Amino acid sequence: MKIGTRILHTGNEIDRNTGALSVPVYHASTYRQEKAGEFGPYSYGRSGNPTRDALESIITELEGGIDGFAFSSGMAALSSVFLIFSPGDHLVVTEDVYGGTYRVLTQLFNRLGIEATFVDFTDPAKVKAAVRENTKALFAETPSNPLLRITDLQVLSETAREKGLLTIVDNTFMTPYLQRPIEMGIDIVIHSGTKYLGGHSDLIAGLVVAADKETAARIGFIQNAFGAILGPQDCWLLMRGIKTLKARMDMHQQGAAKVAEWLSRQPEIRQVYFPGLPDHPGKDIHDRQAGGPGGIVSFRMKDGPAARQVLEALCLPALAVSLGGVESIISYPVNMSHAGMHPAHRERTGVTDDLVRLSVGLEDPDDLVADLEAAIKKI
Amino acid sequence: MPEEAGTKNVAAKKIATKAVQIGVGSDYTGAISPPIYQTATFRHPALGESTGYDYSRTGNPTRKVLEEGIALLDDGAGGFAYSSGMAAVTNLLLLFRPGDHLVVTEDLYGGTYRLLDAVFRRFGIKTSYVDTSDIYQVSQALRETTVAILVESPTNPLLKVADIPAISRMARERGIVTIADNTFMTPYLQRPLDLGADIVVYSATKYLSGHNDTVAGLVVVKDEETAERVAFLQNSVGAVLGPQDSWLVIRGMKTLGVRLDRQSENARLIAEWLADREPVTRVFYPGLDSHPGKKVLRKQAKGFGAMVSFEVINRGVAEKILNSIKLVSFAESLGGVETLMTFPAFQTHADIDPAERERMGINDRLLRLSAGIEDIDDLLDDLRQAFDGWEAHL
Repeated sequence: MKIGTRILHTGNEIDRNTGALSVPVYHASTYRQEKAGEFGPYSYGRSGNPTRDALESIITELEGGIDGFAFSSGMAALSSVFLIFSPGDHLVVTEDVYGGTYRVLTQLFNRLGIEATFVDFTDPAKVKAAVRENTKALFAETPSNPLLRITDLQVLSETAREKGLLTIVDNTFMTPYLQRPIEMGIDIVIHSGTKYLGGHSDLIAGLVVAADKETAARIGFIQNAFGAILGPQDCWLLMRGIKTLKARMDMHQQGAAKVAEWLSRQPEIRQVYFPGLPDHPGKDIHDRQAGGPGGIVSFRMKDGPAARQVLEALCLPALAVSLGGVESIISYPVNMSHAGMHPAHRERTGVTDDLVRLSVGLEDPDDLVADLEAAIKKI
Repeated sequence: MPEEAGTKNVAAKKIATKAVQIGVGSDYTGAISPPIYQTATFRHPALGESTGYDYSRTGNPTRKVLEEGIALLDDGAGGFAYSSGMAAVTNLLLLFRPGDHLVVTEDLYGGTYRLLDAVFRRFGIKTSYVDTSDIYQVSQALRETTVAILVESPTNPLLKVADIPAISRMARERGIVTIADNTFMTPYLQRPLDLGADIVVYSATKYLSGHNDTVAGLVVVKDEETAERVAFLQNSVGAVLGPQDSWLVIRGMKTLGVRLDRQSENARLIAEWLADREPVTRVFYPGLDSHPGKKVLRKQAKGFGAMVSFEVINRGVAEKILNSIKLVSFAESLGGVETLMTFPAFQTHADIDPAERERMGINDRLLRLSAGIEDIDDLLDDLRQAFDGWEAHL
């Protein structure tokens, strides 16, 4: 069965009791037990909820993992995964990682004794060189946020295997419809479910899928002990979003391709970042490991003032943080998604004030292009 | 119009009134029930400008109503809502550093124990467990590196009472933070910040939400500086409460006063009934004259709460009662409108070392009852029929 079909038919989306085509929202915080010493499948809402279970099974099947976990936000998912490590452990992390991930690593987990080194993951030699005696995991985003740099997942998992390390991939930009890291040997996949999986800018959620039982048990323990779980209503909304994932992603990509091509022909635009463009660095690797370029286009204006003028002049996309919704969202990474990053680190990785990130929504791409054209002309 | 509504809310003096008024007329429509903002992100009016809301992990208007509501009830500088009580506790524990030492109530909720023992110990945070109803034990446990005292009062499940003003005073003198888990009491019955504590934490799943239909946690802090540190962690770690669940907790809190009045009365009558049963060897309810913490609790709280624990003659009788109850549900959790009975040693406190559990009195003969709001006659009838024939299980 094709992934586009499996999105709708993993077998977990139908209520077993009634046959309802939509899983019921179980708000119960606790479950009645029939007999002392014999506990039923559910005890307490934090430990397990049938609505959350359905969502967790769906994402597990789509990513091809062994078990999945739903969290109250993408950051709660990441933090829960980081909590499986111990003081003295070291992580090698892609340098142009989401600003929130950078912040929690450099302002919280470092204090708890978990160290992170940020390197350019497009160069496997640099990743290898950063590995130390106490390194426990490699953490990648591909395509990365916001510069859409490509990491070769096959090479990454081989490197990790050689050195006995775990691999963690943030698959938010691709979703399992376009890229399934576990099939390439990755151990843990993380999503901000807020983005393409939810797809309607109407919920905050995080998901984790583990490839093996032992890793799954460690994450499952933390999910219950820390309790940063996703509520039933948000679980249901996320499942509802996943039902249209294929249709949405297909249109996001088409729109993004049109916008990116148009942008790359404009003299006012210094550079366009989109894995669908023929000259995008790493395109070969991306085409090999993913089913499409996704819906995010970043571009560089001639300077900061020009970037800010474009942002202010655009009418159709909402000026807002986040991405992956049906509505186009335009954002300014330097003081929005990547504000949590040290300025020197931003400068080094190219997240500078001339950069604009566009999450292409489901509007007619002609309207988006016309809006961009009008905005650029105003400069 | 919204401002006027806000002013009205501030005019409320009593906790039950403040609770009912949470979110009333809080937005431009004047809606009596605040809207559920099911949104991830917020459009900026212009570059560098914000409506005050940017991204729902950082701040959501529905969650804000709840956070400001609990801060008002508890007289704090800031309130924070989390995806569970354990997420709330975890966020507070993340304030500390490797090498820090905590003094914690020994018979505390099993989930908090698990978190401290299996997660935070690994991160170098050390914990001493003491009977916090004995201030001498608390003082003896303090070390150079002690940064906080985490006190549950009344405790779960043995309902021991800690003298919150005395502990807070001792802590303050040494620059130690006092954190009170106020889940069993709620601000309706006890306000730890007014008693001298620095931080209050709740499983809002319990009395605050009150309908066994939400999993949620809340934190209230006394001062602005701590509020900023907690807000940083809430946003960075992202264990936030969703808008639908935030709204459900707000909805639950509106009936906090009437529910707790009825639940407390039912609990008192059940405790008195239990005290006269032959197979019952001990009843733990702070409202009974025989309870050692009654005097302290009367001084610091407006009531005795609605939790009753009791010990029976042996495990067989305990299991017989659990298997026989019909109206009362055998289930984990507490604080809801429905009466629940729990077997702490095998449910809520299963993660505590068995020998340690036995020493504290959380044995296989102990049952915990969370009184609901059913008619007391039906509850007592159900208990009576569940006790009938206990002699056969000796």
